[in-house]
Amino acid sequence: MMIYADNAATTKMSRAAIDAMLPCMERDFGNPSSLYSIGQRAKELLEQARADVAAVIGAAPREILFTSGGSEADNQALRSAAELGRRSGKTHIISTAFEHHAVLHTLKRLEKEGFEVTLLDVHEDGLVRPEELQAALREDTCLVTVMFANNEIGTVQPIRELGAICRAHGVLFHTDAVQAMGHLPIDVQADNIDLLSASAHKFHGPKGVGFLYARKGVPLTNLIEGGAQERGRRAGTENVPAIVGMAAALKESAANMQANAERMTKLRDRLIRGIGEIPHAALNGDAARRLPGNVNFCFEGIEGESLLLLLDDRGISASSGSACTSGSLDPSHVLLAIGRVHDVAHGSLRLSIGEDTTEEEADYIIQNVKEAVEYLRSFSPVWRDLMSGKSSFIL
Amino acid sequence: MALYSEKVMDHFRNPRNVGVIENADGIGEVGNAKCGDIMKMYLKIDDDCISDVKFETFGCGSAIASSSMATELIKGRPVREAMQLTNKAVAEALDGLPDYKMHCSVLAEEAIRSALEDYYRKNPEKRPEA
Ligand SMILES: Cc1ncc(COP(=O)(O)O)c(C=O)c1O
Repeated sequence: MMIYADNAATTKMSRAAIDAMLPCMERDFGNPSSLYSIGQRAKELLEQARADVAAVIGAAPREILFTSGGSEADNQALRSAAELGRRSGKTHIISTAFEHHAVLHTLKRLEKEGFEVTLLDVHEDGLVRPEELQAALREDTCLVTVMFANNEIGTVQPIRELGAICRAHGVLFHTDAVQAMGHLPIDVQADNIDLLSASAHKFHGPKGVGFLYARKGVPLTNLIEGGAQERGRRAGTENVPAIVGMAAALKESAANMQANAERMTKLRDRLIRGIGEIPHAALNGDAARRLPGNVNFCFEGIEGESLLLLLDDRGISASSGSACTSGSLDPSHVLLAIGRVHDVAHGSLRLSIGEDTTEEEADYIIQNVKEAVEYLRSFSPVWRDLMSGKSSFIL
Repeated sequence: MALYSEKVMDHFRNPRNVGVIENADGIGEVGNAKCGDIMKMYLKIDDDCISDVKFETFGCGSAIASSSMATELIKGRPVREAMQLTNKAVAEALDGLPDYKMHCSVLAEEAIRSALEDYYRKNPEKRPEA
């Protein structure tokens, strides 16, 4: 059996996306900036894609800026808000400790440039508390950036409430919605969002393309200077095939969102129940307020990379927050942010199922995770010490 | 391209000499759970030879493979040869490790050295002259 359970890392492109892209490469290959008809045809496709994307999130087409993906959108959103803040002497930014590195590393840069950053606690359940945002806001706060859903533990933040608080204080609110887009309903009006990042390859679109939503009246700072594409806010000939593929993928995801979410949530909970039967294992992040496809566990006494390799041998593609899988010495900053200690954070497993995952596959995953964990524990000195009482269980 | 060589995967999938030795002559444990790798080596020594060796490892694929390979390299060998085992020899026997995984082979070398130290501590008369 081959089961791809790493949809949070990337997704397989949908047929709709591929079918939409092919004509852009074979026939409508013109440069949207050219005045002749082949160019203008490409321009039409580009603008139709913009309108389609905008419609899904309740935005106006002019508020959508196409980028090379989620990272670029995050960078540009934060840089733009910081630039605005700087001009009015506001240099305080509020975020969380478990943002994606595209946000965290940009914040680090901004700190070096004189900004002050407050990171909100995400608590053991992986959820930001609106009242804590309220308390952290200051006169000189220029931006609040909180991800819509976390990429590792899948917890879904109370975005609408956070946005409302920001709006009441006249502070810009950005959300990295890379993991949520196409999977959860998002309405930038109702959700009080000023800036939002998304990436096509997380919703069955192509890699290397995404978008930034910027509410009308929020001026953007360019990261890329050059030609006047994207109304002067991002230079470079537009990646028309990818943008068109993204729009097709998003339209399809949005149309099937509710049915997909219901089915995936059932399977997710089946996995959580089944894997939760393993002794000394704990679910990471709130059990209910999480993405429909996200399952993330810590297992005591084992290390995550070896678990991934065993699962790969059994045809299951998954991921882990272990240091060994990141090439760094520390385990996932997300697991540390929710209070998991290093020892157990190394033993984490993330399964992110897709729309086409079946019950049979879920059961196969459960069975194999159980066997692999038991096997690795059978020769783990850490597990031996825990079982003999020499050290005590954390989970 | 695969992350690991076939050799590494073979030793990861079918680790040699897994387990514990009751009444081992030397036991060494190195690493810590905080960093994500712990190796424990058990040695049985007869006539200045490693007559048996077993390991337990908490760690990534290359940590398990490195422990397994290290046990193979010293099993049946004279103690003084085992003392000379280097991480490089372990890594080479595994047809190489990715750069950022070399520390796994270092840990295997240290685990064996630590088990031998334990043996010498218990049997000071066996310790070779410096
Ligand atoms: C939450 C989050 N933000 C940003 C990104 C970066 O997106 P991209 O790979 O399109 O740059 C990712 C993808 O890994 C993500 O999960």
